Amino acid sequence: MKFDVPKELNAGHVLEVTIGATSEQGGSRSHTVTIGGSTALPFHFFEGEFPHRPLIAMEVFDKKSEKYPSSLMDYYRDVIEKPGEMAKKCVDEYGAELISVRLEGTHPEKGNKSADEAVEIVKQVLESVRVPLIITGHSYYEKNNEVMKKVCEATAGENCLISYVEKDNYKTIAAACIAYNHTLVTQTPIDVNLAKQLNILLTEMSFPPEKIVMDPLTGALGYGIEYTYSIMERIRIDALAGDKMMAFPMLINPGYESFRVKETRAPEQDYPDWGNVDLRGAYWEIATAMSLLVAGADLLIMYHPQAVAAVKKKVEKMFDGRGGD
Amino acid sequence: MALSGLDIFKLLPKTNCGDCGVPTCMAFAMKLAQKKAELSECPHASEEAKSTLGAASEPPIRLVKIGKDHPLEVGSETVMFRHEKTFFHQTGIAIQLRTSEGESTLEQKIREIEEYRVERVGEMLKTDLFLITHDSPDKDIFLKTIHLVKENSTKGIILDCAEYETLKAGTSLLKDSHVAVLLKKTISDDWIDLAKIYNCSLILNSESYEDLAAQVEKTKQAGIQDILLNLTSKNTGMQIQQNTILRRSALKKAYKPFGFPLFHQINTETEFDMFATAAALLCKYESIIALPEYNRALLYALLTLRQNIYTDPQKPIQVDPKVYPIGEPTPESPVFVTTNFSLTYFIVSGEIENSGISAHLVVCDTEGQSVLTAWAAGKFVGENIAKFIKTINLEQQVKTRKIVIPGFVSQISGDLEENLPGWEVIVGCQEASDIPSFVKNVELT
Repeated sequence: MKFDVPKELNAGHVLEVTIGATSEQGGSRSHTVTIGGSTALPFHFFEGEFPHRPLIAMEVFDKKSEKYPSSLMDYYRDVIEKPGEMAKKCVDEYGAELISVRLEGTHPEKGNKSADEAVEIVKQVLESVRVPLIITGHSYYEKNNEVMKKVCEATAGENCLISYVEKDNYKTIAAACIAYNHTLVTQTPIDVNLAKQLNILLTEMSFPPEKIVMDPLTGALGYGIEYTYSIMERIRIDALAGDKMMAFPMLINPGYESFRVKETRAPEQDYPDWGNVDLRGAYWEIATAMSLLVAGADLLIMYHPQAVAAVKKKVEKMFDGRGGD
Repeated sequence: MALSGLDIFKLLPKTNCGDCGVPTCMAFAMKLAQKKAELSECPHASEEAKSTLGAASEPPIRLVKIGKDHPLEVGSETVMFRHEKTFFHQTGIAIQLRTSEGESTLEQKIREIEEYRVERVGEMLKTDLFLITHDSPDKDIFLKTIHLVKENSTKGIILDCAEYETLKAGTSLLKDSHVAVLLKKTISDDWIDLAKIYNCSLILNSESYEDLAAQVEKTKQAGIQDILLNLTSKNTGMQIQQNTILRRSALKKAYKPFGFPLFHQINTETEFDMFATAAALLCKYESIIALPEYNRALLYALLTLRQNIYTDPQKPIQVDPKVYPIGEPTPESPVFVTTNFSLTYFIVSGEIENSGISAHLVVCDTEGQSVLTAWAAGKFVGENIAKFIKTINLEQQVKTRKIVIPGFVSQISGDLEENLPGWEVIVGCQEASDIPSFVKNVELT
């Protein structure tokens, strides 16, 4: 029987964003990475171009959180307080394609480390790995501004991905990104209109569009993932329809969000029906990552080595197998 | 394609007899067009009306049922994206039983899977189906396995057996059970006869769209409507594309051969790979996913994802209104109050837990609305909260007389204190993520 594959061609496409800089480009990375560029919905290889596959970053910390889950400690016990070594382990052993340095310890209530200490830690990581970096801050605006400004300055030319700015706190950090050549994440609370508005605000201050990545705010599995999922689908549909203020690659945080929730932390003896806690954590993170990948994620920051391996392998296979039908 | 009221009117007897309960045929036609009535309510409808209207009112994707008493219903979807409306029938999860596993292993496995259930936000999460795959040289064990499932479980059954006579013997044991038969080769008259005699659904298998469509046509022409599609592919990416193309053809092109629910069996990978595939395909249109193994940690994550993705975006999931203990609260522990929108509850309870303190979390009935929406609708105001606190006898359960309200509704604090004599209302932070720092800096008891 004759069958014509129904294709839907789109007017718009997702912008390509490059992170990192080699020595010729004024940085010290061995290579750069590029995300975005797709002209159709995620994995619709039959009706669009996908020049770059989604990438997986892993995260290191300026300070071990009291909340760090014990199931992950088995993988990171010897390096959790040495961000440089932990970054190396993530890249060499677990296949991280970028490293995120989370500077939560600079939060006044979570360690209050100084901006100079933060710079030291970022430099350590820059020295120990050659992949591009993501610098992840927090929502205590005053302190975060101070820290990010210094980090941007100290890493001038590296084209780090600075994560993140919000509606009430974007000018200082955006200016620092322009001045020292970094790429920037705009974060909005699971809302299509707010997401668009923040991107407009940034471009109005002449921020280059090819240096913006959107963070629609990740809700973990069981904790609002359906909202993130649908908001991401809507953003991507708008982008492909030609809305340039939605046409940025999307960053999500399956690791950080999954390992905050009870379901990845509670021991099996308390919840026998939930199964093994280590496996459960990996499954929780994989479910968060895979569902948001099909909704449009381009860059994922993940924690559990087994989850990273499974998702990375799956994405690679999906991209290898494209074409044909 | 949908018919207008006028189109339908032309097919009716036009006698205005009122036997359908509506005074005129025109009014009845309008109700039919709006899907507020069914043609069967008209006792005088002609055969022509029945067939024309039947075809027009046929959903673009057929609803298929598997199982006897509480059958799994799949299909009947109407949108490509959940935000356009909702996904109606959640993906059925089947667990595979291989007859080569041996009778005693199978018996224990069936019992365990039958007993497995986890409560989440008021819903019991469990698996839906057994896929019985006959891969043992011993014919009898296929029949024994079917008996074991019949005796120990009410879940629906999918049969997978290449040997026709054995399959037939097995199917005959399940005459009224609406089983589904999983085909591994092109449909032939044998299977069509079997489906007719024993009233089974057929899961058609193919590697190409054209061949699959031809098989569907052949099956439909033989009078069988309960069909599922198993279009196999090399990898998860291809599967997502195929599923998209099948659903798009059915919904947007009204391409009838693909107007059926989709089936996918996951086979050969490691558990993490298998789970990654299952998670992606659950989001992208698979109506039934068959897993090779039973694993509680995996199922809990998969069934939670299913609950999330298949939530009606217009109707938020609610949690039961009551007092929830966070950590191990004593009567002296602080009291927080919030609404019963599930996401609000999860985030607030999670952040209180993150703060390291134990507390009582009073969750009021706001019909699933979030804090600001419920406040705007007058459902989360002093009077209602005070009334709820009295209904649940909170004053007998706790010794503290301070209560923390969400920062976004600071304006209700006076009203709440008036309605709740003896209590001091503390205005909390606006964002749940600030709870850990809030509890450090404010005296709560």
